[in-house]
Amino acid sequence: MGDNECCFEPEDRYNAFLTTCKKVTHGSGKLGGIAVAVKDNISTQGIETTCASKILKGYIPPYDAHVVQLLKGSGAAIVGKTNMDEFGMGTTTENSAFGPTLNPCDTGRVPGGSSGGSAAAIAGGMVRMALGTDTGGSIRCPAAFCGIVGLKPTYGRVSRYGLIAYANSLEQIGPMGRTVDDVSVLMQVIAGYDRRDSTSYDRPYTHTPCADIQGLRIGIPQEYFGSGVNPEVAAVVNKAVGRLEELGATTIPCSIPSMEYALAAYYVICTCEASSNLARFDGVRYGPAADAKKSWHEAYQEVRRANFGTEVRRRIMLGTFALSSGYYGKYYAKAQVARGNVKKDFARVFADVDVIAGPTMPTVAFRLGEKSDPLSMYLTDILTVPVNLAGIPAISVPCGTAEGMPVGLQIMGRPWEDERVIDVAYAYEQGCI
Amino acid sequence: MATEQEVYHIAELADVGINTGELGTFTHQFNAILEYFDVLDRVSGDTAVTRDLCNVMREDETEPSLPREEVLRNVAAQEDGFIKAPRVM
Repeated sequence: MGDNECCFEPEDRYNAFLTTCKKVTHGSGKLGGIAVAVKDNISTQGIETTCASKILKGYIPPYDAHVVQLLKGSGAAIVGKTNMDEFGMGTTTENSAFGPTLNPCDTGRVPGGSSGGSAAAIAGGMVRMALGTDTGGSIRCPAAFCGIVGLKPTYGRVSRYGLIAYANSLEQIGPMGRTVDDVSVLMQVIAGYDRRDSTSYDRPYTHTPCADIQGLRIGIPQEYFGSGVNPEVAAVVNKAVGRLEELGATTIPCSIPSMEYALAAYYVICTCEASSNLARFDGVRYGPAADAKKSWHEAYQEVRRANFGTEVRRRIMLGTFALSSGYYGKYYAKAQVARGNVKKDFARVFADVDVIAGPTMPTVAFRLGEKSDPLSMYLTDILTVPVNLAGIPAISVPCGTAEGMPVGLQIMGRPWEDERVIDVAYAYEQGCI
Repeated sequence: MATEQEVYHIAELADVGINTGELGTFTHQFNAILEYFDVLDRVSGDTAVTRDLCNVMREDETEPSLPREEVLRNVAAQEDGFIKAPRVM
């Protein structure tokens, strides 16, 4: 850390931040003095980190996440912690215990989730870049809904040390920004090996985006343009793919048949992992106090009922149920086989194409309160979750509007080809200036 | 289909509690989701996902950890440098 200082006192009209740091000291380097926001499920030493949950209200981490150490080392000014769906469980940021974030493009609509605060902070002009996390689309969905760029890196490329876990086998920390260039610069800073994350690979990212996509083969999966996808959204994305063809790419129709059950597999796996991960929130070591006079079971249950939101409790219960004796084979074991099939489908398609393109989300941003039923909310994740099941990289880049709201073009790549998906997004972005 | 009693039992097992007022809604939504999960019955194959990393372990040697006062800073109740918890037995 150097002795440079910057002030950050934005007018937060969108409830994008849960915590802001008014005066920030920063060093110099690749991100010297650039204001970067960090999602509130990433540990920041000395700065309250709540995961947008009452159960972590007042929790001040005693250590920095690996990515936060890297940000500080690159001179970034960490200006605040952004709002999110509680523990990352949601698609709208309405599941925050501290009120929803509003979409800067239309404040009557949601910004997407779960990294909705990070996306709104960027789209609302408060910061240039931010960190999000993506378990089933939580970076790409808000990027699409708010008209910014967001990358879900290959699983293992960015350390999860210090990320408060929701579903370990699916989630990745990733960069969000106004432009592909900004996302690429942030990725340069956060990617790389960390021994404290046992799933970390030694794959640093040193790439500079290149807009040449001559000869690139793009797979167009029929499932990404089928029923359930708003025709206006599909038309905007088709037009964007056409632009990529004009820039030198060729398109090839393809199919990912396992999409039929990918969403169900995703929700079984993430809720099972959540039921285990969230067992640690007991009101003993951090968070609101458990009543030490009561029995363990009674005190533990009381703290959790009072401080977890409805969706978090629902997912913990679903996971507990799916892992319980007699149901394990029907749900968890089947979901893991389904996950293997998704991975195989992608591998088969990637033998013939370099990237796969489709819409990021099947619709534009919902109106606040529009999705009140949990299952109908889950169904909107259908186009983003396959990527997390397969562990591959994917980016969302703005590609036009439908109903006056931003639409995201999703580019998916082979494992470790984050560079290529960034290049394709860059080519599209530059080709549309 | 899960009954209200089963949903109540799961809430107890998971230690998240459930209010009588929300039991009906929870059960209804729970069943809609479980019904959707039935699509997994159509999954064929028997290989689950594997990754090419295995046994990522370090030597079992003591390494520096957080100082006690740092760890206790977020604790709601403590006594003599220990964390105070509800009784288990």
